Amino acid sequence: MARRSRLHIPQHHSRPGEEPDFSYLETSPAGAVPRPDVNARVRDIGSLSIDLVRVLDDSHVAVGPWNPHLEVPDLQIGLRHMLLTRIFDERMQRAQRQGKTSFYMRCLGEEAVSVAQGMALRPKDMLFPAYRNQGLYVVRGRPLVDLMCQLLSNTRDMCKGRQLPVMYHWAEGRIFSISGNLTTQFPQAVGWAMAAAIKGEDDIAVSWIGEGSSAEADFHHAMLFASVYMAPVILNIVNNQWAISTFQGFAGGEQRSFAARGPGYGMAGIRVDGNDFLAVHAVTQWAAERARTGAGPTLIEHVTYRGAAHSTSDDPARYRPKDDYEKWPLGDPVLRLKNHLIALGEWSEERHQALAQELEVHVTESWKEAVQYGTLTDGPRLNRDLMFQDVFKEMPEQLRKQREQLRAEQGV
Amino acid sequence: MPQMNMIQALNSAMDIMLARDPNVVMLGEDIGYFGGVFRVTDGLQRKYGEHRVLDTPIAEGAIVGAAIGMGVNGLRPVAEVQFADYIYPACDQIFSELARLRYRSAGDFWAPVTIRTPCGGGIRGGQTHSQSPEGIFTHVCGIKVVMPSTPYDAKGLLIASIEDDDPVVFFEPKRLYNGPFDGDVNKPAVPWSTHPKGEVPDGYYTVPIGKAEIVRKGSAVTMVAYGTMIYVCEAAARALGIDAEIIDVRSMVPLDTDTICTSVKKTGRCLIAHEATRFSGFGAELSATIQEECFWDLEAPIGRVAGWDTPYPHAFEWEYFPGPLRVAAALQAVMEAA
Repeated sequence: MARRSRLHIPQHHSRPGEEPDFSYLETSPAGAVPRPDVNARVRDIGSLSIDLVRVLDDSHVAVGPWNPHLEVPDLQIGLRHMLLTRIFDERMQRAQRQGKTSFYMRCLGEEAVSVAQGMALRPKDMLFPAYRNQGLYVVRGRPLVDLMCQLLSNTRDMCKGRQLPVMYHWAEGRIFSISGNLTTQFPQAVGWAMAAAIKGEDDIAVSWIGEGSSAEADFHHAMLFASVYMAPVILNIVNNQWAISTFQGFAGGEQRSFAARGPGYGMAGIRVDGNDFLAVHAVTQWAAERARTGAGPTLIEHVTYRGAAHSTSDDPARYRPKDDYEKWPLGDPVLRLKNHLIALGEWSEERHQALAQELEVHVTESWKEAVQYGTLTDGPRLNRDLMFQDVFKEMPEQLRKQREQLRAEQGV
Repeated sequence: MPQMNMIQALNSAMDIMLARDPNVVMLGEDIGYFGGVFRVTDGLQRKYGEHRVLDTPIAEGAIVGAAIGMGVNGLRPVAEVQFADYIYPACDQIFSELARLRYRSAGDFWAPVTIRTPCGGGIRGGQTHSQSPEGIFTHVCGIKVVMPSTPYDAKGLLIASIEDDDPVVFFEPKRLYNGPFDGDVNKPAVPWSTHPKGEVPDGYYTVPIGKAEIVRKGSAVTMVAYGTMIYVCEAAARALGIDAEIIDVRSMVPLDTDTICTSVKKTGRCLIAHEATRFSGFGAELSATIQEECFWDLEAPIGRVAGWDTPYPHAFEWEYFPGPLRVAAALQAVMEAA
């Protein structure tokens, strides 16, 4: 009994077996978008949320008003961090396939977002990441061994075995605990920023979600509080086109950019080429200065592509063309920064190979150390009593009893 | 009779209802083209179209809120929340709206919404893919709460839920999707094809909401459980050689007090088991009800065995899970008391 439905269903541009089609993607030429003052009024900078800020042009040259004019050593460090992030991801993916850990999530293709932003911020700025921001840890210098120990839920796991792999945290490094529940960190980051303003401190808060997660109510809560209180916060939507199997049209990206929600709430919105290291760095600096000087929050949409599966539990071949990522019009952030450095005469294929090898060795050695502290399946294991700690600051009697009961059950 | 695992049985239930009733629609994250992260809705969008099996944005509150609106406008929505751990953003819509709409409008408005959601641990999901929050929902007046433990019941209960004019939260114990699991992770997995309750008719049938099932007759003690814990209880009773009567609650709201209390009056002893945390868990309601109804027939205090009162820890999954060892110890205690 078929009825005629007038409901609009967002349509995927290409499905498995079809040619990748990115005709929906609106871009701007590199260097074409003006860079307003950091204290510009929201009403005067609406086009920033529609256009696409790009710095690197097709011949790998940095052009236009958003060129952050970074020093060569900084560019090389950025390349190194992105490459390390990628090599780490590949190794951890293999470790999951080998059964050493239960789960992993790569950020393939999105490395510039975390690395360029992490480098553009100050060390005391507070970060509220999602689960695909491992580059922040690389930038802030957390040893890979520590991340690996979390992935292995072993005796040196910072989470004491309580969290799914990749749900890191780092209080000293000012990186907040990752939640498996989506978007919860967004209003929390706003609250942290409000506290900084209340306390008269000039640290800012920065948070990330995927475009899919912007559908959650917490996104709107965060936007509202950020704009009402002009909180010193940068809210990032990493539009990697995919929320597991549904493309960005299902999150509301079909009719309007995600960045345009910024002006909708009365805050600055910037749409940036998320695979352009220089552009991401530049807009982050702009937004950070705007926040730090009390000119208000910024919503940044990073237009990028989720090159990998959602997680090790996902198979994208079921819902998108196999060569979709290869055909992504904005390219590969690692390759683009590498080519820029080569164009500057400050890098070469040989140096790149040597760097990759060095980082491979670093990852391998870190892994060798990490597994000494145990894996999910092989000892040494965390003390099971730890399960009962930290539910409350002081362990209540009821949990003490349950801990004793488990000890008796396990014969220890 | 065809053999189905629980995923196929649930899929068959929805297939049948989409075919029988043009007002049945499905909505949820990744349920359409992809067929669901657990494949439960596989093929339904292809068969019934993307206007009846809708992929949605990641917004559980919007999924349930929209389902209510659809229900008020004459549709019969089946909403999927991808993991029970992610249902909380929808709780205002469930608790304050869906559960009370009929009451506050004196019966003039109501929404026949079914909310399917996979629950429970044992899949290395950590604290955000392992929870059993059924007890929270049983505390809200106006929603029915069910959890099947077999493919046969899964299909029959889901059809009954979709047909029910009251809202139903339908918990799917995901560790049972592919086979009965007795809590011993070192044993090889048992597929549903080797289990009698893996036999599922192809066509339409219902399992009534509000009826418990005696899954094992016995005389020494009554074990009351649901979901994954049914198989753990069976294993524990077997290991101790105790002639336990095992009751699958199946429907927490409404609760089949008669079946449960008749059994307890007969055996004089009772152990309640669930995977959810113990404190204020559904076991507390069961225990209170049984105590009120069966006090003079009880030969020992009612026992409760459950998950610890902590979040579900990734690295200690099997130390957390109330497996056969813990259930056997609790069963022993109930048998030895008084």
